[in-house]
Amino acid sequence: MSKTYRTDQPEHVVWEYSPAPESRSIVHLQSSYGLFIGGAFVEPVDGDSYRTENPATEEVLAEIAAAGLRDVDRAVEVAGRAQKTVWGPMAGAERAKYLFRIARIIQERSRELAVLESLDNGKPIRESRDVDVPLAAAHFFYYAGWADKLEHAGFGPNPAPIGVAGQVIPWNFPLMMAAWKLAPALAAGNTCVLKPATTTPLTALLLAEIIQQADLPPGVVNVLTGAGSVAGAALVAHPGIDKVAFTGSTEVGKDLQRALAGKGKHLTLELGGKAANIVFEDAALDQAIEGIVNGIFFNQGEVCCAGSRLLVQESIADTVVERLKSRLSTLRVGDPLDKNTDLGAINNADQLEKIRSLVEEGEAEGAVRWSPSCALPAHGYWFPPTLFTNVSPSQSIAREEIFGPVLSVLTFRTPEEAVAKANNTTYGLSAGVWTEKGSRILWMAQHLRAGVVWANTFNRFDPTSPFGGYRESGFGREGGRHGLAAYLDV
Amino acid sequence: MDSEAMTTVPGRSGPPGRLELQRTPRPLGGAVGAGSPAVGEVLAEVGRSEADLRRFLHGLPGVDQVGAEARAASLATRSIKTSSKLWGLEMAVRMIDLTTLEGADTPGKVMSLCAKARRPDPADAAVPPVAAVCIYPDLVPVAKRALAGSSVAVASVATAFPSGRASIAVKLADVRDAVVGGADEIDMVIDRGAFLSGRYGLVLEEVQAVKEACGQAHLKVILETGELATYDNVRRASYLAMVGGADFIKTSTGKVSPAATLPVALVMLEAVRDFAGLTGALVGVKVAGGIRSAKDALRYLVIVNETVGEAWLDPSLFRFGASSLLNDLLMQRSKQLSGAYAGREDFSFE
Repeated sequence: MSKTYRTDQPEHVVWEYSPAPESRSIVHLQSSYGLFIGGAFVEPVDGDSYRTENPATEEVLAEIAAAGLRDVDRAVEVAGRAQKTVWGPMAGAERAKYLFRIARIIQERSRELAVLESLDNGKPIRESRDVDVPLAAAHFFYYAGWADKLEHAGFGPNPAPIGVAGQVIPWNFPLMMAAWKLAPALAAGNTCVLKPATTTPLTALLLAEIIQQADLPPGVVNVLTGAGSVAGAALVAHPGIDKVAFTGSTEVGKDLQRALAGKGKHLTLELGGKAANIVFEDAALDQAIEGIVNGIFFNQGEVCCAGSRLLVQESIADTVVERLKSRLSTLRVGDPLDKNTDLGAINNADQLEKIRSLVEEGEAEGAVRWSPSCALPAHGYWFPPTLFTNVSPSQSIAREEIFGPVLSVLTFRTPEEAVAKANNTTYGLSAGVWTEKGSRILWMAQHLRAGVVWANTFNRFDPTSPFGGYRESGFGREGGRHGLAAYLDV
Repeated sequence: MDSEAMTTVPGRSGPPGRLELQRTPRPLGGAVGAGSPAVGEVLAEVGRSEADLRRFLHGLPGVDQVGAEARAASLATRSIKTSSKLWGLEMAVRMIDLTTLEGADTPGKVMSLCAKARRPDPADAAVPPVAAVCIYPDLVPVAKRALAGSSVAVASVATAFPSGRASIAVKLADVRDAVVGGADEIDMVIDRGAFLSGRYGLVLEEVQAVKEACGQAHLKVILETGELATYDNVRRASYLAMVGGADFIKTSTGKVSPAATLPVALVMLEAVRDFAGLTGALVGVKVAGGIRSAKDALRYLVIVNETVGEAWLDPSLFRFGASSLLNDLLMQRSKQLSGAYAGREDFSFE
């Protein structure tokens, strides 16, 4: 429909935006990076390494140290010592000063962090600049404020740190996840050994440099790069680790919980999701369309709380799908460093393969696949924004986490049916509700089994707000006062 | 949309920068868009009774304030560089209604504004003329003479601008005066008092009466969004104006703060997009008041581009009501071409 008025305008023009790339020159990439242990960058004992690449071009960015078992021992040992001798005994107000300092340096070096994040992860610079980096700084600011007020956090008069935290984070928000893990742990007086995702180590290493710059006492934060199956597994199982925090896939999360059973370690898991984004017929339609797009195409859909199942009331389903298609046609897919890019590259080849196979499965099961026509770059890992209609709740694309820019559209008739369908998942991380009726929002929020329910918005994060899941989406909360509980012996 | 309906869609032709006066036959009840075949009839019926009208306007999907503002803010981060910037700057020049609406306006001031409108950059004849000159009704004959033979249209505010607080007889006389004087375009104000007290029928009747009084002149309907306060009201007032026969809907008089804002423009563009879908009629949007920098102008063009598409990237469907904006556009344009900023005094001051 939208095209028809153009047929009688032979000289119509298209306003194509010229490339507007953010400069890479602000980032000083080293050819190789060591492990960050005891406040210094050191070579791994076994000398192993691997390469990290730019998923948008497949260009190798740097050689990264791969931590082995002896490196894990070393890092856990210095972290334990730092916790007992320096960081644990330090007054909260003093710890706060360090955290405030880290937050400020993140802000000062925000462009550098944003460019590096887009290079290593493939996400659009618009998002790393406007979401990831500001939120990372905000988490440090927020928990810095708690450091000297822990006895007022509602966990008793004298809450104590747990000890050494082993933290394993995913590749979808590398810097932001590091901040979510480190800031509350440090505020509560714990020391940390952080294992960034194999494919996205660079911003965690830059954060380590920032931590050096902030003069954090050596050993309080240690960063071990390397494989999850080696460094990650050894870290969480290490007897010197008192607390394990993991964000990643449900599959690995389950293994981890099995491995830690009976070991007496504190554990929090933030795992996968298959969130329902529920649009009622009285929703503010234009904003709902934006919310649906933001819900599933933000960060290429590589978001554990992505609104990957659109539940739309049948009476407006055709309109919504038509509007979505025309909106998706305006998404700009390409160079993550271009400031006008909306959708960047998929982070790695394995993930791209997983998306492809799930999408093929969806087609084979009879769902109707649609993507706008968009040229994808020849190199790198790319997947076009994709919409599935004719989806039934039993199909794999409606049940399994795709972790890519793929939206499944389902319909419902009544609020009860919406709730039943939304809750019909093994996950329970997030949900969205779109309606102009306030009472319905409250009713839905009460009945949805999801850790986060967004009303008339989606994918909104704030350090003051707890975030976490139900069932196979994990347990424990990050953010807010609740986020402190995971790092205090309460 | 089927081919039969397509033939009723008003086309645009003729030299850019000039309104085609026969462009928009009102398609209400006639041309039907992609929706149900009854939609055209529904719209024609909208004005039947106050209750029908209220039901229709309050049945429009709401606007979520936070979401609309977030979308506008996100589009404002688009980075427009090099050749796309040059194209946008020149398009913005062609879209300007060069405006003076002061009690102190004189024939001399209007004549110098008209000269600027015909040839904005004394140093560069390649700069296109602006779309129109916008003035008070009594100065229309002056502007008409000064613009004779050019592509620049004469736009006149009317209907007891800017407050609109006069009887309908006075408002219509005001319009006729401007039309007789030679105005190609009439910028009317809606009765915000009537709108805010829920007398939508009165607002609609006034728009319809003014449209009739306009004759061949194009009608721009000023909503004065700064006084409507909510985006829901902006969307409803947009529909009222469009149903009443507006060729353009316009944000503001420029006499009330806030005047044009990016989210208001977004909501109005969504309204004209939806109205085109319902009826096939293309209604223009004019943003006015407080737009002074080229950067702001480009932000509006980005919203146009990504909300309604390139069809509206044309002076016949999008306008800027502004005065000082023009010189900044010229300055940025010459910077794009020469690589260096010219001085303020290199551009004429009217």
